[in-house]
Amino acid sequence: MKKTSSVFTVVIFAFLYVPMIVLAVASFNTGTDISVFKSFTLNNYRELLRDNVLLPLLLNSVIVAVISSLFATVLGTAAALGIHSMGGRMRRMTMALTNIPLTNPEIVTGISLALVFVFVGQVMKIKSVMGFVTLLIAHITFNLPYVILSVLPKLRQMDDHLSEAAMDLGCTPSQAFFKVVLPEIMPGVISGALMAFTMSLDDFVISYFVYGPGFVTLPVEIYNYTKKPLQPKIYALFTFMFIIILLAMIIMNILQARDSRRGSRSLRRRSTNA
Amino acid sequence: MSKELIRLADCCMAFDGEVVLNNINLYINDSEFLTLLGPSGCGKTTTLRIIGGFQKPTSGDVLFDGVRINDVPPHKRQVNTVFQRYALFPHLDVYDNIAFGLRLKKLPESETASRVRDMLALVGMKGFEERKIDSLSGGQMQRIAIARALVNRPKVLLLDEPLGALDLRLRKDMQNELKRIQQQMGITFIYVTHDQEEALTMSDTIVVMDHGRIQQIGKPEDIYNEPKNAFVADFIGESNILDGVMRADRLVEFLGRRFPCVDFGFDKDEPVDVVIRPEDIDIVAADSGHLCGSVTSVTFKGVHYDIIVDFHGFKWLIQTTDYHPVGANIGIRLEPEDIHIMKKSEYSGMFGDYSSYSAEYDEIGDAEADAAGEESENEE
Repeated sequence: MKKTSSVFTVVIFAFLYVPMIVLAVASFNTGTDISVFKSFTLNNYRELLRDNVLLPLLLNSVIVAVISSLFATVLGTAAALGIHSMGGRMRRMTMALTNIPLTNPEIVTGISLALVFVFVGQVMKIKSVMGFVTLLIAHITFNLPYVILSVLPKLRQMDDHLSEAAMDLGCTPSQAFFKVVLPEIMPGVISGALMAFTMSLDDFVISYFVYGPGFVTLPVEIYNYTKKPLQPKIYALFTFMFIIILLAMIIMNILQARDSRRGSRSLRRRSTNA
Repeated sequence: MSKELIRLADCCMAFDGEVVLNNINLYINDSEFLTLLGPSGCGKTTTLRIIGGFQKPTSGDVLFDGVRINDVPPHKRQVNTVFQRYALFPHLDVYDNIAFGLRLKKLPESETASRVRDMLALVGMKGFEERKIDSLSGGQMQRIAIARALVNRPKVLLLDEPLGALDLRLRKDMQNELKRIQQQMGITFIYVTHDQEEALTMSDTIVVMDHGRIQQIGKPEDIYNEPKNAFVADFIGESNILDGVMRADRLVEFLGRRFPCVDFGFDKDEPVDVVIRPEDIDIVAADSGHLCGSVTSVTFKGVHYDIIVDFHGFKWLIQTTDYHPVGANIGIRLEPEDIHIMKKSEYSGMFGDYSSYSAEYDEIGDAEADAAGEESENEE
């Protein structure tokens, strides 16, 4: 029984990680045929660094990801604070409204956002409305629920009297937020921001409908590349991106682990006192 | 001692049309230990939050040193609070928690350090400066919460059921500790609790509340010995409460017999509630008592026995150090000062009847107290 389950685990992990390993190996291959590993090379990476099409596009993706996740983090945290202070029925309703975009097919979100932008563009008589701003707005929109969903549980764990205690000791309401509430919910805010960043960095479907010729992100451009045979430097690029996202995820996990250790310790303390 | 510091004048509070406080009038003297006592939902926590500035009364005035402070936010009041679940800041260590208020006042760090040290000494927590809040026990967190509030040298310290989460032994220790700290600092403590024993032990003045109204204000002895109505008599200690009729000044009739008592000033033949504390009843031989009854249940309580005695269908709780077996016929004598007369009130007939007594009444009582504790959390 134990043996089958460990075999099963290995199979699952193989399915999950073999594609990435194949990609990474291919990025160090001298040949263009991924089925044969000729010899080790860093040429693909060198070429990637010299590339003046892909790198600026990667930069575009990072810019959109950073700015949109920042906006989404600030707005989402504020929204989470608001939702947290709502009464039971209003809160459930708002949460349902927040969750729908998460399960909504991306293609629907993408097309409906595009329709809104075109409509607004026509009303405001803007010729080509699609561009950096529309892309950014779209990314902030689909990032918001991730931030809200990761901040809310922290607020729920927090003792509601904390900000009152801070005000009692002389804080203005905004000081109470920055000195006491924010440090308490920080792990949630950071993991929300990282989640938003990774979601934004690799988004293709929604971006495809709202990008303009003036500002293209990497995933959208790569989609155009796949119509032709892939160049090996793209493998290098993907490996590079995978590592960035992996790092973000590792940071997030470390933060969560540290946080839940703290949580379980205080739970234990509470139960021994009860 | 007797200078008035805080006054609540005609304070009313309603949440969504539900009346939580009904015309509260109360003054609190300087350096007094005042306890707001009552069951959950009686409005005691709301009263405390109004004084702390976390809630504004729907109508009425809050006066501090004669100045109306209804609209003064919490951070501008000379009042500090010890919260029910301590509300210590988990991301700061013990020192930074206590120094929090002083740093906001931009005190020089050297003075902050010496005041924090003094406070740690006061609450008996020297050497805990660097400790994380997570690593403290409930009693230790309680002490830090008190130090964090007192370091700001408030004129008034508000305490919202601060001992509710501690076990019995620790609670007793902390009661003495709190009283000592209050006397040492010489400031006003306003203490909220549903535990009558806690209130009796520590307070200079007790305010008994129920259903958003003040039922009685007085010294612990007065509240215990001269309860104003059946609610107070039942909530503070155990009481046998009977229907009686005042036949004249200092003469009351109940259970078909007239007893001399010490109360007067009632109308002739006015129906009243008669309170007899279980520990005041003298047990004598069956033939020499004022009343005679048979024991129906005996519970050993350590210091004394709780016995239930049936007097022709009326069951009384009597506390005695002598053992009387179930079925024994005993007599009781009531001296005039054992009998306390109260005017009839809305609470008449609701309390003080032990007919449905069972030996588990303590457990039931505890369960109620627990449930009350949980409810009062939700109350906020």
